[in-house]
This record gives sequence, structure tokens and C-alpha cells, in this order.
Amino acid sequence: MTRPTAPLAPRHAGRRHVVLIGHGMVGQRFLEALVALPGAAALRITVLAEEPRPAYDRVHLTSWFSGTSADELTLCPPGFAAEHGIDLRLGDPATAIDRATRTVTTASGAVFGYDTLVLATGSYPFVPPVPGTDAAGCHVYRTLDDVAAIRADAAGARVGAVVGGGLLGLEAAGALRAMGLATHVVEFAPRLMALQVDKGGGDLLRRKVEDLGVRVHTGVGTQAVLAGDSGRVRAMALSDGGELAADLVVFSAGVRPRDQLARECGLEVGQRGGIVVDDECRTRDPRVHAIGECALTSDGRVHGLVAPGYAMAETAARAVAGGEPAPFTGADTSTELKLLGVDVASFGDAHGATQGALDVVYSDGRSGVYRKLVVGGDGALLGGVLVGDTGSYGVLRPLAAAGRPLDTAPGQLVLPAGLAPATGPVELPDDAVVCSCHNVTKGRIRAAVADEGCTSVPEVKKCTKAGTGCGSCVKVLGTVVDGELASRGVTVEDRLCEHFAHTRAELYDIVRVKGVATFSRLVEEHGTGEGCDVCKPVVASILASLAGGHILDGEQAALQDTNDHFLANLQRNGSYSVVPRVPGGEITPEGLITIGGIARDFGLYTKITGGQRIDMFGAAVDQLPAIWRRLVDAGFESGHAYGKALRTVKSCVGQAWCRYGVQDSSALAIELELRYRGLRSPHKLKSAVSGCARECAEAQGKDFGVIATSSGWNLYVGGNGGMTPRHADLLAQDLDHDTLVRIIDRFLMFYIRTADRLERTSTWLERIEGGLDHVRAVVVDDSLGICADLEELMARHVEAYEDEWAATLADPDRLRRFTSFVNAPGTPDPAVTFVRERGQIRPARTGEHGTPLQRPVLIAGDRVEVRTA
Amino acid sequence: MTLTTTSAGPRAALESVEIHDGRRWHHVCALTDLVPGRGAAVLLGGEQVAVFRDRSGTVYAVANRDPFSGAHVMSRGLLGSRGPVPTLASPMYKHVFDLRDGRCLDEDAAPDGSPAVLRVWPARRTTAR
Ligand code: SRM
Ligand SMILES: Cc1cc2nc3c(=O)[nH]c(=O)nc-3n(C[C@H](O)[C@H](O)[C@H](O)COP(=O)(O)OP(=O)(O)OC[C@H]3O[C@@H](n4cnc5c(N)ncnc54)[C@H](O)[C@@H]3O)c2cc1C
Ligand code: SF4
Ligand code: FES
Repeated sequence: MTRPTAPLAPRHAGRRHVVLIGHGMVGQRFLEALVALPGAAALRITVLAEEPRPAYDRVHLTSWFSGTSADELTLCPPGFAAEHGIDLRLGDPATAIDRATRTVTTASGAVFGYDTLVLATGSYPFVPPVPGTDAAGCHVYRTLDDVAAIRADAAGARVGAVVGGGLLGLEAAGALRAMGLATHVVEFAPRLMALQVDKGGGDLLRRKVEDLGVRVHTGVGTQAVLAGDSGRVRAMALSDGGELAADLVVFSAGVRPRDQLARECGLEVGQRGGIVVDDECRTRDPRVHAIGECALTSDGRVHGLVAPGYAMAETAARAVAGGEPAPFTGADTSTELKLLGVDVASFGDAHGATQGALDVVYSDGRSGVYRKLVVGGDGALLGGVLVGDTGSYGVLRPLAAAGRPLDTAPGQLVLPAGLAPATGPVELPDDAVVCSCHNVTKGRIRAAVADEGCTSVPEVKKCTKAGTGCGSCVKVLGTVVDGELASRGVTVEDRLCEHFAHTRAELYDIVRVKGVATFSRLVEEHGTGEGCDVCKPVVASILASLAGGHILDGEQAALQDTNDHFLANLQRNGSYSVVPRVPGGEITPEGLITIGGIARDFGLYTKITGGQRIDMFGAAVDQLPAIWRRLVDAGFESGHAYGKALRTVKSCVGQAWCRYGVQDSSALAIELELRYRGLRSPHKLKSAVSGCARECAEAQGKDFGVIATSSGWNLYVGGNGGMTPRHADLLAQDLDHDTLVRIIDRFLMFYIRTADRLERTSTWLERIEGGLDHVRAVVVDDSLGICADLEELMARHVEAYEDEWAATLADPDRLRRFTSFVNAPGTPDPAVTFVRERGQIRPARTGEHGTPLQRPVLIAGDRVEVRTA
Repeated sequence: MTLTTTSAGPRAALESVEIHDGRRWHHVCALTDLVPGRGAAVLLGGEQVAVFRDRSGTVYAVANRDPFSGAHVMSRGLLGSRGPVPTLASPMYKHVFDLRDGRCLDEDAAPDGSPAVLRVWPARRTTAR
């Protein structure tokens, strides 16, 4: 037994001292549960943590590779420990427990007395006991430090091998693959994810994983890791006699409970590890608890998932602080594979181990879908395996957990949507656990809406924690919340905002059918209140795409976002940017000189944009008319960079110059840009035309993109860069010029008519029923008989188009708004200041001493306010 | 420079918007300078004030500085309502403020920790000039 080597931290009279060893996922959850209990006020809490950082989301560890930062993964909000008076000691692991003196010693030699001790030490990765595993290039996969080491090492490696084809191994393989390594998975069992999926599912899973470029070796063990001369791993010797060349190895062959401390202080541990606890998570010593992956629970198992760990945390917290007991007797083992790009999920009794269980299987090797449900003798769903399409996981898992006989024939549940007879959605009972990470039932979620006033998924998440773990329940969560809201007569989901109980598409139809021309009339007849910054710009956009007219006229002027209001883009310091249209990106030397001259004269910052044109930044509101006067005089017009409207049609040089070009892509791009300029839409529209399949204009990343073929044009739709990139889909092939333009006309108008607010064509295409096929039927085959209508609308747009800036300059009334101060026209905003950098200006940052630029503030149609009184 | 009168009719031009700085009322602009539902910035003794007129004709005045971005842009925001509350949305990051007391309805504090509240000036329309 260890003897105190440092003065004992005093046991405060009257305040019981709780010491927690391990600040992982379960440890943190224990703290949260503990401090929420009334009894916690009388406790002093100390946490001894081995890792150098507070608890983080280990479940989403792999997302670190795709850019999620360590901070974003944290589970412990910055002020958490301080707020609750918790003494959190990072980077100082416990090294010994003395149960006789009730003390814990740490690596730094500090000694802590305890009244109650909680062990939440988790697991360590199991590394098979074969020679060579200490060679450079060998890794495990458990902590942020581990993944950081893997990434650093992967930079110099070419071939990665993952030992272990379970859930975690496949995640690790996905990460190696994503870092560009040729990747192998070596699994001793005859199939991947043997614990979770059955043979049928395993076969399909293997195919899918191999389709992603990961080589799978099943039924072989690792016999040794072979190092090269440098001491770095060069290969693995396999049990089938073969050698697998690899210069980076990740062991992911299971985990073992970290029960060493408990063993050494004489606590009982299981034969295969795990600290033995009862259903209150107490060890044989009533002052010591164990929770999470280090515990062997009363159901005789060590649980390697976070949901049971969280349940134990809750149980132990109550046992420690004296809440109502919540015995832990076992837990759900459902899992869903994240990240690799293969959909696999298993839940409940996936292997049909229950007496009398029967399988219902649907397997379609060609489309790569496998679904198996295990049904009990009484007709209750017990569990299942889903591969290739896990869409129903969120509903099936709670259904299985509820253990009630099914209302729906199981056969129907495994069939693909199209084949299953249509009977409404499957109803979950109230006691079904929707979120197993946080053990939240459907009833609890409904209560959050009904009794606690939550009106949205984010609110319900905050209030119940549902959906804040692995995230796999969020879809069902949404359905339950919406269902509950609907049953109380609130329809939140499809409302534009509090002022209109309509979607954008519905408002579009109202405006079109009733010929509404003003916001006032629309809100009076179909809405409530004064409107807001959501509905006003939407209505402005609908009015603009249907009625035409200048967007700054009459009441419309009051609806536009500030960008549309000033026909320019607001920048961070309140100045504006100016983007003249450069159709197809083609510009004459004179045009370039004009833009350069204007930017120089007004002291603006210039930059070539990602849209093949030139942006001038730093203009004051007062300067916009003068700048545009010069641009318009030189033949430029608005580029609509400020509007939800057509932005650019990018082009490549095409046949005219390029030796590969097969059509005149620049000419078509210019034509399309001129045709659709000024077209207001639910979100911005981008386009491009490439002169051949080499695709230099990146047409497949655009809302509508055109690629030349030797016999015409291919039209792609629904492409997107930005936050959620999407490759465009081929809508129609080998079109002649006129057909192409006609189909684009229809496509755009159909999108404008049916899309939601701020919905790019990509999300719209993914959302609307029937997807691409439906859109093709409507705009190519005229299945709804509306094409003539759509074309007519576009013809009206083309005819009514006028340059907004030229029209603004021609109208003194519209020009009046371009002043910084109504009572001091001509005085620029003194708060807008700049500094110089790389020969140009940029906005001064806070703390920087910037200067307002000394430059001409020439306002076209200058006037001075004349008081009439 | 040319001198012009505002293009609206003479009666409307007679109505003026005034705000009170704690000592006295100041004329800041003509009612017709404000588009219903929108605002304009005015300079009042070196301070920037955003004045607005809603669809019913009520006028409001709040600080022009958006506490979230530090830019003086509130006058370029949109008026609206949240339930019974008349609101103003900042054009920068779209935070919504109560026009009556200047309090932000979305967040309590700005990124620099200061309270997210716009100073409010009493505002009125008057023809008695
Ligand atoms: C200037 C420019 C960056 C540059 O220096 O090159 C730019 C600047 C802005 N982009 Fe962009 N984007 C610019 C090209 C792009 C591109 C590239 C392209 O168009 O080929 C993309 C990805 C392609 C795409 O959209 O699919 C792009 C994706 C975005 C997104 C994300 C859209 C999405 O669907 O995820 C936003 C945010 C939004 O629109 O909601 C955005 C929003 C913005 C805004 C408007 C943000 C804002 O509200 O202040 C920026 C202001 C522009 C200004 O003040 O003039 N910008 N932006 C580019 C102007 C192109 C032009 O000539 O019009
Ligand atoms: C890549 C990956 C993906 C996963 N995916 C899923 C998933 O999809 N779903 C799921 O349910 N689960 C998943 N898991 C498992 C899940 O992360 C664990 O079940 C969970 O973290 C267990 O929590 P814990 O607190 O018991 O252990 P841990 O989170 O491991 O925390 C234990 C902590 O105790 C510390 N510690 C150990 N000994 C000492 C000591 N002597 N002194 C001080 N501190 C000590 C450790 O350093 C560690 O920080 C995944 C795990 C990994 C690694
Ligand atoms: S896409 Fe590329 S290769 Fe093809 S014509 Fe254009 S520039 Fe040439
Ligand atoms: S099931 Fe994991 S977050 Fe809900």
C-alpha cells in the first residue's frame, strides 16, 4: 500500500469529498448529473485526469481528421469546473488507491483523501501480443493525441494497415484512406464488424468497403510487425503465411477495461477484466464506484459504448448524492457506423440469439441494400441489421427497444419504400427510447414540446439532451417534434416565419394567382404583424421575379436587405463593394482600364473574384452613385453581386482559342449571362459553360452548367460549391442551342416557383419529391403541362430587364438614399476607417488606428436639404 | 452643386422628425426622408443616430452602432415585428432589437462582453416648426 508522500488535502468537515478518477466522456457526464442533483451542494469534488485536456467527444474523434477542432469536440464548457467549484486536475493521473486510509496518490505525488471515490478510467486499446508492435509507425486510436500522432506520421507514409475490422477499425481505415494512404484492413474473424452484423450483411459491407478503395483481408491474424533498417514498420507478417507491406499500422483490435488501479487496491475484477459493480455501480467497497468502460456491470458485461456509460453515470451520481435510485441493469448495444461512407447499422438482438426468434430478410445485391429484422415469437421486433441504407434505423431501433408486438408486418419494414404497400409512417410508442445516447424516450420529447414550451429541434436538444450524442437519432427527433407541434395545432416546420404560415413556394403562388403587388396587401390578407428580415426580402424577391419593375420602387424599397437596398454588398466596417457585370468573364482592355481608373480615383481596393470578374471594395454609401455613374457611362452594368439573382456565367476560352474546344463556350456563356441577368430567385444562381469535357469552367459545380459535346451541349443542374459541395446531375444531353436555352428557361422558372427561401438548386433538387427524374419529367417532357407558362414568364423577364444601376442614376428620388447622414449629406461616415496593406486599403481592425479616406465624395445629382419651414 | 427641395409634396415635407437628446428636441429630418419600414442615419453632436418610420407612421431613434460588428449600420436595417414587439434587424449579422428599449432579442451580450443594447432617443413627428 502506498504511504502519503505529501500532506493530505484536508477532508473538510461537513463537506463530503468526492474524487473522480478519469475525465472522459462518462466521467464528465457523471459530473453533470452530479451537480444537477440537490445533494451536490454538500459535496466537494476533485477530478484527477490523465489527459492534458478536459473531456471531449471521443465518439466523434475521427471527425478531427476532417477538420473538427479539439475545441469543437470538447464536452466540458470552459467555465464548467469553476462554476461548480470542481477542482479539475489535468495531466496528473492517479497512480495508487489506498482504501484503508481512503487516499489517492497521483503521478505528481499529490495525495487526496476521499469519502467517495468514482473510477471512470475507460479502456485502453488492445494491441495483440506479437513481436514488433513497438516499431516506429505503429499507432493506437483512442485519444486526440493518438490521432494527432497518426496524422503527423501519415504525411510521410504511403500504405496503411488497420488491424481489426470492427466499428472502430473501419473508422480508422476511413481516416487513413481520406489522408491519401493505400489502406488495408486485416480482420481475424471471417467478416467485418462481426460483433454487429451477420454474414449476409457482412458480405455486402465488405463489398462496399472495397468499393471505397480499402482492401479487406478477413480470416487472417497478424503474427508480427516487421521493421526495416530504420526501425520503422515495413510490413506485417500474416497468419496465412503472407506479408503485407505497410509503413503505418493502426491497432484497433478491441479495447480492454482500465482496471489496474482497482486490481492493485484489492477490488474485485472480472475474469476478462472490468471492475465488478452492482446495479448501483458500487464496487465491493461501498465507498468506491466504477462507471463507463472500466466497469463490469451486474448483467455480467463490460459495455464499450457511450450510451450505457451515460446511464451508469446517472446511476452513480444518484447513489453518491442521494437522488432517487436509477439502477443500471443492462443497455442497448445498437451501433451505426460513422464516416467511412458506408451505411451500416445494427441494433438490439442483431444475431437472433433470443429463443424462438425469426429473421425477416431483404437482400438486393445489385443495389447494395441488405436489411434483416429479428422478430420474436410474440411478433415483437428484437433487433436487426441494416447495410447500404440505414434510413429506417432511427425508427426501428427504438421500436426494438420498446419490445412491443409490431403493428406493421415486419416484411413491410424491410422492403424498399417503393415496394412496400403504403400505410402511414410507423408509430413509436411513448416509452420507446428515441435517443439512446442520453436515454430519452419519445414521451420525454413530447413532454418537452407539450409542457416545457419547446418549439424546435434545437430547443428540444437543449432541454432534453436528445440528439447531442452520436447524432443518429436527430432525424427521428425532428419527426417526433414536428408531430407533436402539429398535434397542438402549431405548424412551425413549413412556416416562412412568424408572419406567414406559408412556404416560399406557397407565397409565390398566392402572389402569382391573386396578382398581389405589395407587401402590405400580402401581409394584411395572408399574414400577421409587420413582417421581418426573413419574410420581407423573400416577398421582395417574389415580387421582383413575377412583377418586374425596379426593386427600389415604391414599397418594394422598404423590403430589401441592405445589399439590395444600396445595390451593393455591405462589408464588415459598413462600407460597400462594387461588382460590375463582366459577362462570361470576357473583358476588353478598355474595360479593364476603366475599372482600374475608377478604383484608383476613388481609392478602392481591387480583387479578382472567384467568379471571373473584378470587385472594388471600400466605397462609402455616398460614393456609390458617382462610382456607378462612371461605370455606366463606360458601358458597364450591375453584376447583382448583392442580390439573390444570377451571379456569373463563367466560361472557358473554348473553340475560339483552345486547341481542344469543340464549341464556342465563351459566346454561349455571354449569351446566357445576358439572358438571365437580373433574374431574382430564392437564392443566388451560378452557371458556367465549358468548351469540352476537360471542364475548365467547372460547369458541374454550378446551379446550371453546360458542357460542349461534338454534337451539341450537355446540361447539368444542381451543382454547388460552397458549404456543401455537390456535383451537378446531367439533365439532358446533346441539345442544340435553342432546345438548350428553352430547357434552361423552364428549369430556372420551375426552381423559382417551387424552391424554399435560401434554397440553392442543389438542396432543392435533393428535397423535392421525385428528385432529378421528376424535374426532368417536368422541364423536358412537360409532364405537368406548365412549360409554356414557364417559358412565357422567362420571356417576360428577358423583355422587362433593365440595368438597376442605370435606372437608379436616372432617378433623383432613388438617389436620395445614398447619403451617410440625412441631416448632413456629403459627410462620409467618420467611423469607416482604413489602413494600408500591400499597396491597397483594408478596413481598420479594432485597436488599429485607421484613417477615413480623403477622397472626392461626388454625388450624382448633388443636392442640399432645404428646410421648408 | 444644385439646390433642390425634396420631391415629395409640400404638406408631407412640413412634417419633421425630432429627437430629444436629454436637453431639448432637435429636428433631424423631414418625415418624407424616411421610407416606411426603413431608416436613415443622422449626426447629432458627433453621435450617430438611426431614425426610423414604421408603416403606421410611428418614428423611432436608436444608436446607429451595431454592437455585434461595431459598424455604424443600424440605420440600414429592416423594421419588423416579433409578436407585439416592434423590431429592427441589423443588416450585418441579422441580430434583432426591440425598437422601444433597444434591447437585443437574440443575445444578451456583444462579443466584447458589453450588453447588447442600443441607446434609445425619444423621437416624435411634428408640424409645429
Ligand atoms: C467576392 C467573392 C470572393 C472572392 O474574393 O473571389 C465572394 C464573396 C462573397 N461570397 Fe462567395 N464570393 C465569391 C465567389 C464564390 C464562389 C466561387 C464561384 O462562384 O465560382 C463560391 C462557391 C460556388 C457556389 O456558390 O456554389 C461562393 C460561395 C459562397 C457562399 C456559399 C454558398 C452555398 O451554396 O453554400 C456564400 C454564402 C451564401 O450565399 O449564403 C457566399 C457569400 C459571399 C458574400 C456575399 C458574403 C457576404 O454576405 O458578405 C461575399 C461578399 C462579396 C462582396 O462583398 O462583394 N459565397 N462564393 C467571389 C465573388 C464572385 C463574383 O464575382 O460574384
Ligand atoms: C474512435 C472511436 C469511435 C467511437 N465510436 C463510438 C460510437 O459510435 N458509439 C459509441 O457508443 N461509442 C463509441 N466509442 C466508444 C466511446 O468513446 C466510449 O464508450 C466512451 O468514451 C467511454 O467513456 P469512458 O469515460 O468510460 O472512457 P474514456 O472516454 O476513455 O475516458 C476515460 C478517461 O480516463 C482517463 N484515465 C484512465 N486512467 C486514469 C488514471 N489512472 N488517472 C486519471 N485518469 C485516467 C483516460 O485518460 C481517459 O481520459 C468510440 C470510441 C472511439 C475511440
Ligand atoms: S474546357 Fe478546357 S480544354 Fe476544353 S475548350 Fe475549354 S479550355 Fe479548352
Ligand atoms: S442516439 Fe446518439 S445522440 Fe441520440
